[in-house]
Amino acid sequence: MKHLMKTTVAALALTLGAQAAQAEGELVLYHWFEYMPQELLDKFTAETGIKVTMDTFDSNEAMLASLKAGALGTYDLAVPGDYMVKIMAGEGMLDEIKDGELANKGNIQPQWLDVAFDPGRMHSIPYQWGSTSFSVNRDVFAGEINSTDILFNPPAELQGRINVLDSQGEMMAMASLHMGIPQCSTDRDQLKALNAMLQNAKSHWASFNSDTAKEVLVSGDAAAGMIYNGFSAKARDEGANVEYAYPTQGYIAWMDNVVLLKDAPNRDSALAFMDFLLEPENAAILTNWTQYSAGIDGVAPLLDEALRTLPEANPPASAGPAAFIEVCDEATQAVYDKIWTGLKK
Amino acid sequence: MAAGAASGGSATTDTYKEARTWLLMPAWVTLSFLILAPVLLMLVYSFLTKEFRGGVVWEFSLSAYDQFFFDRGLFGDEPAKIEWTYITIFWRSIWQAGAATLLSFLIGFPTAYFIATQPERVRPMWVFLITIPYWVNLLIRTVSMKFLLRDQGPLNDFLISTGLIDSPLHIVNTNFAVQLGLFYSYLPFMVLPIYAAVERYNFTLSEAAADLYATKMTILRRVLLPAVKPGVIAGCILVFVPSMGSFLAPDLLGGAKNFMIGSLIEEQFKGNAGNWPFGAAASMILLTMVLIILLIFARQQAKAEKET
Repeated sequence: MKHLMKTTVAALALTLGAQAAQAEGELVLYHWFEYMPQELLDKFTAETGIKVTMDTFDSNEAMLASLKAGALGTYDLAVPGDYMVKIMAGEGMLDEIKDGELANKGNIQPQWLDVAFDPGRMHSIPYQWGSTSFSVNRDVFAGEINSTDILFNPPAELQGRINVLDSQGEMMAMASLHMGIPQCSTDRDQLKALNAMLQNAKSHWASFNSDTAKEVLVSGDAAAGMIYNGFSAKARDEGANVEYAYPTQGYIAWMDNVVLLKDAPNRDSALAFMDFLLEPENAAILTNWTQYSAGIDGVAPLLDEALRTLPEANPPASAGPAAFIEVCDEATQAVYDKIWTGLKK
Repeated sequence: MAAGAASGGSATTDTYKEARTWLLMPAWVTLSFLILAPVLLMLVYSFLTKEFRGGVVWEFSLSAYDQFFFDRGLFGDEPAKIEWTYITIFWRSIWQAGAATLLSFLIGFPTAYFIATQPERVRPMWVFLITIPYWVNLLIRTVSMKFLLRDQGPLNDFLISTGLIDSPLHIVNTNFAVQLGLFYSYLPFMVLPIYAAVERYNFTLSEAAADLYATKMTILRRVLLPAVKPGVIAGCILVFVPSMGSFLAPDLLGGAKNFMIGSLIEEQFKGNAGNWPFGAAASMILLTMVLIILLIFARQQAKAEKET
């Protein structure tokens, strides 16, 4: 009992302390582990006097679970991936950013402004993004590679030497881009055609490997392979003569976003931090550290030379639109599950 | 027991009984909580309704088993036909595991025989040598295997340099690579029980057979093999059962182009499908099949023992 009293008093003192700090300007951030350079937080504190506290999570689902379990109201900002923004908005866990509340909202690159997971950027701003498509070994195939035909209707040199990611989401999104159909199609003819196309394409594939997507390209076991852009850059670093493709039909994108949480204890500090992150200078510090891409205008000239000219991180003008992996409803997902199982049976 | 009776009085017997109950507790706890309970939980889950993206709804449903056995087309509204998809996947697993078991036996039996016929003081060293590679994590061993076998790997380099072949053998991403991987993963499970059986074998029986003009082949078939049969059966079961549920070797060495039972079940819990009841149902069907196979083995053995 005495122990319990002690704990309660301690908790009360902490709460009071937290409230006192709040008045002086505090910000509580819920973030991925190893995804924020300390120098950026220090810079923010130096500029605004707002003290930043950061807790970390290791998966979107873990963050959602923790917020659901009562951590909502503790944090001001969180950094969910694209699909998770939609799920959190659906659960009513996000606060709305009203017009004019973010001075630097105009710095968001136009293509990331009206995204499907947060139309009109009502709750979120871009943090970092990257892409998934495929890379081709240029020693084996010298022709045009910026087409999804490389994977689904490959030239003779690549047939039987292709690795694809062992992931239903990425495979279906890529195949939908190839066929020019929506990701969560309910059109029977489209779905049948998708199924037939995949069955036919599979005969040209050597393997389904996600974990070793980079290694098979470096070792030469695969002459072409679906891969994340950062991994492809690493494969090139390791000596493989591979080129990352940005297909004209489009490519898959992922994006982590800073969201304003509902019941944020320090809403003003949160908005100040979002504005801070939207400054090209700060976005560049972050991007140079993470080595992904920012999604914010005016960052490019401030990037390290190597990163600025990295072909894997800079889609050419011919690149098709970036597509995020969509979240299908249950009945539609059941059909896609069947197609996937049928593909691997 | 005898000591208890000798010292007289039923009290001692009771104490003994009580002690026995308590001493058996670890076994009972292990059996019930760590084996029976999870299997029962699986059984219950297989009869529940699936919740989208993982989890279950506590409502009775046969849909998991229905999905396994009946095919209603891509959109689920055609008349039911027999579903071959999962039967194909199960058959592939059985076939691969069977091939791996045969391979293990063909290599494992001579190995075990060799060790058992060595001088007694060096036998432990040979057994130790057999187990050394297994101190390394299975994942790492499987990946290493892939590096050895791949097109530009040492095996192909060696074969090309000797002039035996002109272009590399494609071994990785084939069924054979999977069998090789399974064989390598579980070989000690074959060697050790056979070794234990051969070590107890009375070699004078072989000598007697030879004196009676039996050929070496006949001695092997009619004398040695029947005598060490329990060890062989134990080895086969120990290799076959885990091979059937394995997903590391098929994923890494077979290129994961085709599901094995293990990867199919894994996908239901970890993958996009998130269909727990179906994963549970597939596990129950696998368990039932394994039990039937074990029962057949057990009956044959019982029969064989009756005949002798």
